[in-house]
Amino acid sequence: MIQIKDLHKSYHMGSNSLHVLKGINFEVKEGELVSIMGSSGSGKSTLLNILGMLDEADTGQYILDGFPIKNLNEKVAAKYRNEFLGFIFQSFNLINYKSALDNVALPLYYQNIKRKERIEKAEHYLEKVGLAQWSHHLPSELSGGQKQRVAIARALASDPKVLLADEPTGALDTKTSYEVMELIQGINDEGKTILVVTHENDIANMTKRIVNLKDGVIIDDSTVEQVRASQYV
Amino acid sequence: MFDIERWQEIFETLRKNKLRTFLTGLSVASGIFILVILLGFSKGIENGVTSQFQQDATNMITVWTGRTTKEYKGLNPGRYVQLKNDNFDMISQKYEDYIEYETSLYSIWGGTISYKGESGNYRIRGVMPDHQFIENADISVGRFVNQSDYNENKKVAVIGNKLKTDLFKDEDPIDKNISVFGMNFKVIGVFYDPGGEREENQAYIPISTAQKVFNAGDNIRNMLFTVKMSDNFDDAVALSQSISKGIEDQIKQIHTVAPDDTSAVRVYNTLENAKQIYSLIGIINAVFWFIGVFTLVAGIVGVGNIMLIIVKERTKEIGIRKALGALPMSIVGMILQEAVFVTMFAGLFGLIFGLASLEIFGPMVETFTDFIKYPQVDFNTALTSVFLLVFAGAIAGFIPAYRAAKIKPIIALRDE
Ligand SMILES: Nc1ncnc2c1ncn2[C@@H]1O[C@H](COP(=O)(O)OP(=O)(O)OP(=O)(O)O)[C@@H](O)[C@H]1O
Ligand SMILES: [Mg+2]
Repeated sequence: MIQIKDLHKSYHMGSNSLHVLKGINFEVKEGELVSIMGSSGSGKSTLLNILGMLDEADTGQYILDGFPIKNLNEKVAAKYRNEFLGFIFQSFNLINYKSALDNVALPLYYQNIKRKERIEKAEHYLEKVGLAQWSHHLPSELSGGQKQRVAIARALASDPKVLLADEPTGALDTKTSYEVMELIQGINDEGKTILVVTHENDIANMTKRIVNLKDGVIIDDSTVEQVRASQYV
Repeated sequence: MFDIERWQEIFETLRKNKLRTFLTGLSVASGIFILVILLGFSKGIENGVTSQFQQDATNMITVWTGRTTKEYKGLNPGRYVQLKNDNFDMISQKYEDYIEYETSLYSIWGGTISYKGESGNYRIRGVMPDHQFIENADISVGRFVNQSDYNENKKVAVIGNKLKTDLFKDEDPIDKNISVFGMNFKVIGVFYDPGGEREENQAYIPISTAQKVFNAGDNIRNMLFTVKMSDNFDDAVALSQSISKGIEDQIKQIHTVAPDDTSAVRVYNTLENAKQIYSLIGIINAVFWFIGVFTLVAGIVGVGNIMLIIVKERTKEIGIRKALGALPMSIVGMILQEAVFVTMFAGLFGLIFGLASLEIFGPMVETFTDFIKYPQVDFNTALTSVFLLVFAGAIAGFIPAYRAAKIKPIIALRDE
C-alpha cells in the first residue's frame, strides 16, 4: 500500500538548515496497523505529513497504492488527498463553525456528492464512532474524545485507502485514549490500513507493528502482539 | 459559477459567521450610503442655486463712463467721456433685434422738491418709459412716464412712496403740481420699489424734460438695456457678453478711447455675475466629488482590509479544507463568491437606502432652504460605485485567498 525509498527532508530557516529525515525506507501492506514511535523531534510528524501529502519530501520515492506521489499538480494532489488519505490530527482540526455532522460531510462535498447523500453518509459514520446524538453540536460543545471521534468519522467518510493519525490520543486522558484506540482497532479489523504516530508504549502496543525513529532514520521495525483496547474500556 | 451546492456552502458559512458578515456588510453599505447622500446633496445644491439664479437673472446691460486714464491717438488722459443721445440711438438701432427694454438716464442727486409748505432734497432721474420694466417699479396709483411725455418733454413726475408721504401726507398727489428746481411738475403716479425706502426716495421724470430743465443739452449719464432671455442659460450668457463687448467697443471708438482703458467706459452685464455663481457651483461640485472619491477610496481600502483579515482568520480552515481534498481554485472561488455576494448585497442595500433617504428627506430639506432642490443621484454613478467597491473587494480578497490556497496544507494548518 505504501512504499517509501530513501526519503529525505530538511527544514530551512534563514541560513540554517535542519536535516530531519535522513533516508527513510519502509513499506506498509494493506490492512496493517502500524505505530511510529521515537523521541520528540525525531521526525515522526514530518514523515506522517509527507505520507498524508500535507507536505512534500525533498528527495526519495513515495508510492501510494501504486501511484507515485511526486510533482503532482494541485488538481491531482487534491484528488489523492480526498480519495486515498484520511488524516487525524492531535489537535482535531475541526471547522469550528460547522456542526459535527457538517464537519464529517465536508470531504464528501469535495467529491461532488449531493447534499442529501453527504448527510446520510456522514450520519452513518457518526453513528459508527458513537456520536449519532451529537451530530448537530458544534465542536466547542464536545469533549476532547468526542472531537477526536468526529475527526475519525471525518477521516473515514471519504473511505480512504490509508488512515494517518498523528498522536490521535495526545490530547486525551488514558481512558478516552483507549476508547479512541478501540475505535481505530475496529476500523483496522475491517481491513483499513492505518498508521499511528504516538509517544506512548501502551498505545503503540495496541497496534500490530512498531517503527522506531531516531535522528531521522528508522532504528527498529518489528511486529508486536496486539493488545486489544477493549479489555481496558 | 452557479452551483447550488457551492451556494449552500456559502450561505451556511455566512449564517454561521453572522458578526463577520454583518460588519463587512455594514461597512460597505454605509460607505455607499454616505456616497449617495453626498452626491445627492451636491446635485441638490447645484439644482437649487442654479434655479435661484436663473429665476432672478435679468439679462441687464449697464453702460457708464468716467475719465480716460490712458493716452490714445494723441489725446491726453483725464478727458471725461460724455455720452450723447446719438450714442444711445445708435446702439439701440444696432441691437434692436436682441434688446427687450432700453433707457438712457440723466439724474440729479440732490434736487429740491416742494409741495405747499413741505420740501426736501431728492434724487431726480430722467428716464425713458421702458425704465418701469427694467427697474421693476411697482406703480400703486396713476401711471409711469409714457411715450408722449417723453416725446413732448412734458413736465410730469412719478414720485416714490417715501417722497409722497413726506410731501403729501394723506393727500392724493395725482394731478397736483410740485415744484422741482422752481418749476412746476404734475404728479402722474406713485411707485413702490422692492428695494425699499431708499429707492422710493426719488422721482422719475422724462429724460427729454430732464435734459432741458437741467441744461444738459443732449448729454446722458448712463444707458440700460435688457436682452431677451433665451431658453438656454449658457446661450443667454454668451449673447449678453457679446453684446456688452460690442457696445463697449463702439463707444470707445466713437469717443476715441484706448481699447484697454477700463475706467473710461464701463459696460457691465448682470449675467456675468451669474457666470461666477456657475463656476462656484462647479467648485462645490468638485469638492463633493473629491470627498466622494475619497469616501470610495476609503471604502475600497476598508473592504480590502476586511478581506485580508477574513482570509487571515480562515487560513487554518483553508488548510483543513485542503487536507480534505479541496482544490485551490474551489477555495479561492468560495472566498470570492462570498465576498462578492456580501459586498454586492450590502452595496445595493446602501444604495437603495441612500436613494430612499434622499427621496424622503430631500423634500424636507428643500423646505428649509431654497438653495437645495431635488437632491438626486445619477443612478448609474451610484451603481458604478457599488460595482467598483465589489470589484475592489474581489481583487483585494483574491490575492490573499490565492496565496493561502496555494501554500502547502501543512503550513496553512500550522497557522494559529
Ligand atoms: N516547519 C518547520 N520548520 C522548521 N523546523 C521544523 C518544522 N517542523 C518541524 N521542524 C523541526 O523538525 C524536527 C522534527 O519535527 P517533527 O515535528 O517531525 O518531530 P516529531 O517527531 O513529530 O516530534 P514530537 O514528538 O514532539 O511531535 C524538529 O526538530 C522540529 O523542530
Ligand atoms: Mg509530532
